[in-house]
Amino acid sequence: MAEISRQTSQRRAGQNLGDMAMVPVRLAMGLIDAPLRWVQKTFGLGGMAAFFLLPNMLIFGIFVLLPFFINFAYSMTGGTALFLSDRSFVGSDQYARLFDCSNYLNPNTCAEDTFWTAVSNTGWFVILQVTLMIGFSLVTALILNRDLMARSFWRAVFFFPVLLSPVVVGLIWKWILQRQGLLNFGLYGFGFEPHVWLTDRNWAFAATVGVSIWAHMGFYTLIILAGLQAIPKDLYEAAEMDGTRAMRVFTRITLPLLMPNLLVVIVLVLIRAVQIFDEVYVLTGGGPGTSTLFVTQYIYETGFAAQLRNPGLAAAASILMGLVLVLLTLMQLGLSRSSEKKGARK
Amino acid sequence: MSRAIEFLFRRRGGKGWHWTDIVTWIWLIVGLFVMFGPAVWLTASSFKSPAALAEFPPTILPYVTQKVTVEGYDKPLDLYTVTLDDGSTATLAEIRRIGTVSQMIDPDKPAEIVKVNIAKRTPVRQMSFATENYTEPFIHFDFVRYLWNSVFVTVTATLITLVVNSMAAFALSKYEFRGRTFAMLLILATLMVPLSVIMVPLYSIVSALGLFNNLWGVILPTVATPTGVFILRQYMLTIPDELLDAARMDKASEWQIYWRIILPLTAPALAVLAIFSVVWRWNDFLWPLIVLSRKELYTLQVGLSIYSGELNVQWHFILAMTVVTMIPVVLVFLFLQRFITTGIAGTGLK
Amino acid sequence: MGHIKLTNITKSFGAIDVIHGINLEIADGELIVFVGPSGCGKSTLLRMIAGLEKPTGGELLIDGTLVNNMPASDRGLAMVFQSYALYPHMSVRQNLAFGLENSKMPKGEIDTRITEAARMLEIEHYLDRRPGQLSGGQRQRVAIGRAIVRRPVAFLLDEPLSNLDAELRGSTRAELAALHARLSATMIYVTHDQIEAMTLADRIVVLRAGRIEQVGTPMELYNTPANRFVAGFIGSPHMNFLEGTVEASSSAKAIATFTGGNRLELPVAGESIGNGARITLGVRPQHISIGSGTEGIPARITLVEALGSETIVHTDVSGQKILVVAPGQHNLIPGTDIRLSLSEAPLHLFNEKGLRLEHAV
Repeated sequence: MAEISRQTSQRRAGQNLGDMAMVPVRLAMGLIDAPLRWVQKTFGLGGMAAFFLLPNMLIFGIFVLLPFFINFAYSMTGGTALFLSDRSFVGSDQYARLFDCSNYLNPNTCAEDTFWTAVSNTGWFVILQVTLMIGFSLVTALILNRDLMARSFWRAVFFFPVLLSPVVVGLIWKWILQRQGLLNFGLYGFGFEPHVWLTDRNWAFAATVGVSIWAHMGFYTLIILAGLQAIPKDLYEAAEMDGTRAMRVFTRITLPLLMPNLLVVIVLVLIRAVQIFDEVYVLTGGGPGTSTLFVTQYIYETGFAAQLRNPGLAAAASILMGLVLVLLTLMQLGLSRSSEKKGARK
Repeated sequence: MSRAIEFLFRRRGGKGWHWTDIVTWIWLIVGLFVMFGPAVWLTASSFKSPAALAEFPPTILPYVTQKVTVEGYDKPLDLYTVTLDDGSTATLAEIRRIGTVSQMIDPDKPAEIVKVNIAKRTPVRQMSFATENYTEPFIHFDFVRYLWNSVFVTVTATLITLVVNSMAAFALSKYEFRGRTFAMLLILATLMVPLSVIMVPLYSIVSALGLFNNLWGVILPTVATPTGVFILRQYMLTIPDELLDAARMDKASEWQIYWRIILPLTAPALAVLAIFSVVWRWNDFLWPLIVLSRKELYTLQVGLSIYSGELNVQWHFILAMTVVTMIPVVLVFLFLQRFITTGIAGTGLK
Repeated sequence: MGHIKLTNITKSFGAIDVIHGINLEIADGELIVFVGPSGCGKSTLLRMIAGLEKPTGGELLIDGTLVNNMPASDRGLAMVFQSYALYPHMSVRQNLAFGLENSKMPKGEIDTRITEAARMLEIEHYLDRRPGQLSGGQRQRVAIGRAIVRRPVAFLLDEPLSNLDAELRGSTRAELAALHARLSATMIYVTHDQIEAMTLADRIVVLRAGRIEQVGTPMELYNTPANRFVAGFIGSPHMNFLEGTVEASSSAKAIATFTGGNRLELPVAGESIGNGARITLGVRPQHISIGSGTEGIPARITLVEALGSETIVHTDVSGQKILVVAPGQHNLIPGTDIRLSLSEAPLHLFNEKGLRLEHAV
């Protein structure tokens, strides 16, 4: 944003808003003005502040805060009824059901075995995702930070998939990984037999990890790249004067200075990985079997799609996930605050 | 040409090639193929006929076997290049195939039937773009509706987002009032409450409001974005307060100050938010999937996922519609990429 | 038209009182300058008159109407801001028209006023440019133009020259004076620069820490400063101050000892101050003359700044710095001992509290 030249874009935008044929908009704004002048006169500037804040807060309260609080009530009720008033209170039964396991490491011993399968799948997904994502985006960012020809082009190359919708991402890869797909064609060229990747439990899981790295890597690369570019150039020049070897420059200068930035990225990846749903849902639908079933899909199916809907159970599961997310977000806020402090000290 | 390559691969300081340079270029070239390749492959595939899609190994460009209409035969016949016994080649049309023997005729002399071993014939292929992959779904399926629904949701949600968020940001950046910090904290806190956490109760609220199976049920829960309020507020804080005072002296009402002074001056930030909002809303999937259960209300994303999940997937249509779904985002990417990348680098939002 | 009266105006931000009961009457057509060091409350006072801040207490009347609760837009005042506050997204013409459009003025009238103001300020050629394309001086004119087209009851100017370079500041100051003469409208001008105050004002209001120190014409302030603060604030370079103790006093004079044992006879009604009272003597640098003989106070030159038209001599009088401004050019060398003569100088005397002691007639 800082790069946006304020002056020129303001002028252009001003022309757009001012000179464009905005007659109806102007008319509408003018019509609203009269009653608002009355509001201003009657309630003063404080009243106007409330007026400006009202629409956002209203939408916000109804569609974010209210459901947030209702969720707790929901998780303590049973049955299939939709509205809270029609539901029966069951206390902590839903939580008890979620946690009813004789061995937490083996989902099959649990009453709600799909939940624990989803939890363990998500756990593995998060671990693989975070390590690989950080690895790939760090390497890409380091490469993009070099003195490259057409750097903005290369940056765009890696950023491209970030904008694609999860559904499109899922379909693109479903198409590539299918039996007559591009991947099999490529391997066929090397003499391999065609393989149906998405019906193989392990390959399907690997595909979900790989595809979501493909789709989001560019985003994290950009953030890390911004961090790299914030490292003062003279540090590298000083190191060069000292004859420091490249590897040592990386471990002793780049990595320590990048660390705050990197930690924030790690938490961001974590937060997103925990909620993984869209592209996987399109790519594998959670299958084969339950091998790529993740927690969000479990909540969705328990709450909406299953034959026997159980919104209470879904709510309980979503609260557990929310708890994890809150912890992660607080971690992120803490991290970015401490990195800000460090930045100020520098 | 070699000069150009030399220039392209030039080394910093003109020193020799270091191993890191080799890694760099391998990484970039592989990255180019891995990142763009899949979308390009999908687009290329979307122009193939169902028959060509079923082929293995596939071709990159869409080819179909050329057909010819011959007198006395109802259906058009496939054309083949045949190596005859005397070693010469001819272009013949196939009537039928029995085992390894194909019965063929010369289209110019339909009476004379030639028997050819199938190993000795190769189909005559020509490039042909199956544009009906694109037109059919719009004519015979509901894709026009889906497209319209997606456009409606995206445009409406973005407009409301801009208005509602900029109003809130204005209040939070330019007025002193009790509870301002509280309001800020509240908005900040919602960053921790993503849709996946509240979808069950949100569904009941949307239903209670009569917005189930209604596009407004998709739009409204998304428009009060905390990130939107944030970037706009950050930007508005840089607008000097004296400007507002000047407008007040100029007899402007607070509402006029908002839309004649603040909004035009916030245009760069509004543009960034608008771009993000368009991409977000266009790509939304889970929530529309929950709220919309009637076919005629599907957005493109929901429609696509439902059709691709059917047992008998009509890939030629799915691929074409995926390309259609991709188009706005690709346009955004081509023309506004710079805005977005600097926006992300500056604020870390997505 | 343009008569403004402030009665016991106070203002606090939270627990902090920034204005402590201001009483002031501004006549129609008067150019009054609020001057004082930064943080003295002069801008707050102006903003209260403008209606951008609400007074905590007291009464504010414009043309006899109580306006304490009247919003800025209804007071009929126009303001020129320090940063000019021109709308960056509007052309100069739109900037000038904005306020008039808001008061629903017919288009023809708006055009007439803009043309007139543009001619007066010589900005006709920039009317279709945006503020970003103008120089600092041009922007300043537009800011004034925006006030003029409104034909306000009074003009409020908040440090309007502080963003201009020194040369431009001088010429614009003169133009402002001419403009005031031509419009003969009430103007309230805020500045921290006493030269601007002296050259422009009909009357100056000197403020310090939210209180009025003195109100008067520039010459009243210069010749008879009411207290030590005003004496030190008005005039450049600053007035010299010497601390002393009264030794003997009569009805017509007092004798006091100053630093270094210098004894001076002062023309002051001595009965009012008892023997042993501490007083401060103020002398402007321009009023001290340099002698050589045995008359006057012995001093040593520490630094000489020759400006051509005058010479500023820094001297040391028994450890205290005394500044002397001598007209013309002098060949003085630092380190030389000289004598300072106060015989022709108007002397300013202040008591222990810093208040002016009137001269004996």
